[in-house]
Amino acid sequence: MLEINDLGKTYGSGDKATHAIGNVAFHVEVGEFACVVGPSGCGKTTLLKCIAGLLKPSRGEVLLRGRPVTEPPEAMALVFQEYGRSLMPWTTVRNNVLLPLRHKKLSQSERTALVDEAVAAVDLTRFLDHYPWQLSGGMQQRVAIARALAYQPFLLLMDEPFASVDAQVRGDLEDLVLRVHEQFGITTLFVTHDIDESIYLADRVIVLAHAPTEVKEIVPVALPRPRDQIATKALPEFAELRTHVHRLIRHERREEEVAPAPIATTHSEPTHA
Amino acid sequence: MPVAILVGWQLWTAHAHSPKFPRLSTILVDFRKEWLFAQFGTHVVPSLERIGLGFAIGTAVGVLLGVPIGLSPLLRRLALPHIEYWRAMPPPALLPISVVLLRSIGNLQKVSFIAFFCLFPVLLNTIDAVRGLDPTLVDTARSFRVPWPQWIGRMVLPAALPQIVAGMRNSLALAVIMMVLSEYFAATNGVGYVLLISKNTFQLGPMWAAIVLIGLLGYLLNALFLLVERRVLAWHRGWRATVPQ
Repeated sequence: MLEINDLGKTYGSGDKATHAIGNVAFHVEVGEFACVVGPSGCGKTTLLKCIAGLLKPSRGEVLLRGRPVTEPPEAMALVFQEYGRSLMPWTTVRNNVLLPLRHKKLSQSERTALVDEAVAAVDLTRFLDHYPWQLSGGMQQRVAIARALAYQPFLLLMDEPFASVDAQVRGDLEDLVLRVHEQFGITTLFVTHDIDESIYLADRVIVLAHAPTEVKEIVPVALPRPRDQIATKALPEFAELRTHVHRLIRHERREEEVAPAPIATTHSEPTHA
Repeated sequence: MPVAILVGWQLWTAHAHSPKFPRLSTILVDFRKEWLFAQFGTHVVPSLERIGLGFAIGTAVGVLLGVPIGLSPLLRRLALPHIEYWRAMPPPALLPISVVLLRSIGNLQKVSFIAFFCLFPVLLNTIDAVRGLDPTLVDTARSFRVPWPQWIGRMVLPAALPQIVAGMRNSLALAVIMMVLSEYFAATNGVGYVLLISKNTFQLGPMWAAIVLIGLLGYLLNALFLLVERRVLAWHRGWRATVPQ
């Protein structure tokens, strides 16, 4: 589905060059929910923009369904962290969701049906004719998710979508994303700095090392689905995975100080030690 | 307060018997005689026509030029020095040459003159707004592959509209000034023309009546504009109230 090979991004050149992404390689399977997790400032957003075709990588390639990504592909939708700035405040929820459909070859009734379905999936049907700014932060992010769903992508990219909503709402939004992932079967790549969130959502967690970014380890998550905010997070396997990912990231932060602890989980298969 | 000023004016002028400052009551009588509505068709309508056309053309050209200049750093570098130069030009300096260049003392020259100076506030505000577009919005449009006519029409222009409208308000005030100014020179009708002729023929009552009329025109046009703005930019006030600036 999605293949990232030897991806590198360098800003500037010569002595002043900043290596944002060192060398990143991973793939995402059809229908999979993959999370990218890494410490703040590790180039997660840069990586995502390269994958989305918004930024040209300095090295390597991104393949979506076998085709190299050189510009934002038609089969991909992106949900940004800053919902307030990616939604259009001058028009209604309906027109915001309609935005990416206007230039698709669809009939009027097909467009309406797609908008209705997507808005129903995020439970905002009552708010179709509201302006985004009349809604709470969490609801605005749901509008952005509905817009991405209506676009009918094969791949959904989400860049820390819940970083600026409060904890309670965040849990609800995580469940909503899992539900629509199930319902629409869209392959999802979800970027976050929150370890719990990544494990709770993902089939596999791609743990990034600090800039210049590399993949530290890819951790499979075999927690049963459907997942539940309380039951899933109470599982011993959840705790083990969390400890493991935590260690990977902490170890990353203090490479010299902390000796690597033995890994106690059966769910992880380090790709490189 | 305004009432007090008017009463003060009436008392003082009644007392002073100065020919330069006729009584308020005289001005009002002249105002009714001249403008309600004897000369309305011959002088007010042509003036309003010039304001309307000049303002509309200036605004349209300002937006039309402002969008590409705002989007392109190269165009900006090329255009901004010229814009700054012409914007700094005092309008009366161009009035005589406009007659020569356009070979016109009629509406062509007057409307062009008004439009030229209405252009700059809209143009500069459009450039500024388009240049300051939110990068997240740009990425949103790119990631959904929004084609450019829709990008301009549904995203760039609405996003820039609050600033464009602010520029238009300044342009409208300029349009009234430029209308009066253009009618001082090589004109045969219009309220500016009446004002100048009244002064030159020592008809100070009608002159003051014309001044009152011009003030009222400016005031009413601005009030009308604000009314339209409130409707068109209702979203902007609502949105601003929720976003910490």
